[in-house]
Amino acid sequence: MTLRKMAPYLYIAPCILLMGLFVYYPIVENFRFAFYEFSAFAPDKVFVGFENFLALFQDEVFYIALKNNIWYAIISIVCQVFGGLVLAAILEDPLTRLFSGFFRTAFFLPVIISITVIALLFSFVYNPDIGILNSFLRLLGLEEWTRAWLGESETAIFAVIAVSQWQSIGYIMMLFIVAIQSIPQELYEAADIDGANKFYKFLHITVPQVKEMLFVATLITLTGAFTVFNEPYILTSGGPGNASEVLGTLLYKSAFFRDEMGYASAIATIILVLSLGAAIIQMKLFKTGKED
Amino acid sequence: MEADKVTSTDYSIQSTRVRSNRRKNVSGAIPLYTILIFYFLIIAYPLFWMVINSFKTTEEIFSNSWALPTSWLVSNYVHAWNTGISGYFLNSTIVTISTCLLTVFISSLGAYGLTRFEFKGKKLLLILCMGGMMLSPQVSLVPLYKLIQAMGIHDTYLALILPYVAYRIPITVLLIRAAFLEVPKEMEESAFLDGCSTWKVFIKIFLPLNLPILFTGVILTAYFTWNEFMFALIFIDSDSLKTIPAGLMQFRDALQTNWGVLLAGLMISAIPIITLFLFLQKYFVRGLASGSLKG
Repeated sequence: MTLRKMAPYLYIAPCILLMGLFVYYPIVENFRFAFYEFSAFAPDKVFVGFENFLALFQDEVFYIALKNNIWYAIISIVCQVFGGLVLAAILEDPLTRLFSGFFRTAFFLPVIISITVIALLFSFVYNPDIGILNSFLRLLGLEEWTRAWLGESETAIFAVIAVSQWQSIGYIMMLFIVAIQSIPQELYEAADIDGANKFYKFLHITVPQVKEMLFVATLITLTGAFTVFNEPYILTSGGPGNASEVLGTLLYKSAFFRDEMGYASAIATIILVLSLGAAIIQMKLFKTGKED
Repeated sequence: MEADKVTSTDYSIQSTRVRSNRRKNVSGAIPLYTILIFYFLIIAYPLFWMVINSFKTTEEIFSNSWALPTSWLVSNYVHAWNTGISGYFLNSTIVTISTCLLTVFISSLGAYGLTRFEFKGKKLLLILCMGGMMLSPQVSLVPLYKLIQAMGIHDTYLALILPYVAYRIPITVLLIRAAFLEVPKEMEESAFLDGCSTWKVFIKIFLPLNLPILFTGVILTAYFTWNEFMFALIFIDSDSLKTIPAGLMQFRDALQTNWGVLLAGLMISAIPIITLFLFLQKYFVRGLASGSLKG
């Protein structure tokens, strides 16, 4: 009898234990760490109050990183959410049915390739001498546009952001394809009888019908934009100088190069607040909270 | 498929009107295909470039990176494999298989507990199991690093496997729970009447009945684990224990400018998961879709 009562807890225990230890406990600890100064191997921590945050707000690299994360967010929303939706709508259009399977698989391919592979590949794409990008520009006669994309401070962050788009558009596209496939076909047929054109159908049927997925996609993209680490780290390590620094790389450098663990925790806290904030604003905008 | 049928009957009913529409349709398809082909080139060209140049010498990549290789150097792949990729490959395989099995098993247990029992605190435990989905690992990097050091598992496979499993539990529980909810109550009731324990019901009924969704869980976890970079970079120091994503950074540094071999290494790293995907696309997409729908 008691075992029967204990049973559900026993089944759930491994999940809760692992998540408690490796997901929830570190999150809580991070808030606490942000108020201390300590290094990776020293056992003692010094309480410093809000000093880490104050130092952070006076650090000009923090603002460069923040600005880059915001660029990341804006460009990702446009390319992934908008671009992904358009591609999905095209692939689900009856006119492209014949080849849509092929294109869908091809567009999704970058999603499943490891980011390290992609980032290293793009360090070749951007290579000033042999890179595809510069070769292509020369081919078009745009010699003066060629440059060391990752090596110049004005272009580095955008070159990095472009790689992320290249990889992730296919993922968001796939989410939209799944959403579009569940739209009742009659809606389009009714619009056809009324003689509606493609843009009309896209704006008045597809977009409202995938609203839920738009919310999810925006959420995924925004969270991704504020927590990004891999692409900038592998492609530029935040350079040249700090031109392509993002909060993620700043966090990593503070923790593991400069051994300022408390400072890194403060950055992590900011990242958490930003991504949660973005999520909350969105829930308000989309008003999907009610449906839960 | 059904939609196809409906449209084809519609065609015969209002044939004249549709025929004129059809001519319009052909011209309407051109801009759509233009966009698709344009984007296809953007995606395919770098990948194609990687494939052909992975068979060239560095000099040839420099002198003519656009052309097909004059002779296809399979030796680049052998060289890459012997310059560390084989070790990273082995590590990735060990970590991925362990993570997949543990994640899916533990998540199934959790999903079973959360769907087939009524008990105090069920709602809270459900929220705790799935709430972690929104938390990204970056945010707890420093405490996690400290924790792993304190546990004495830094620089071991466990330093990757345990956090991976923990971070994959929410989405996997979500997936499996949805499937378990669909299992009719009568099935387990008759098993209980036969004197089966809940554990037996779990092993003999729930797991075998839901193999496809467990499989989806395995694939999604494999995809995540095979490609994960940040933990792999930070929680493992020894080159001999590195998984592919982190190992490739070392590999690049070791090769300096031996680009053909580097590209061959990239190819070897990407091929297993691409193959897996091409064969199992259906499971993959279903998993991604149902995982995202939660929001």
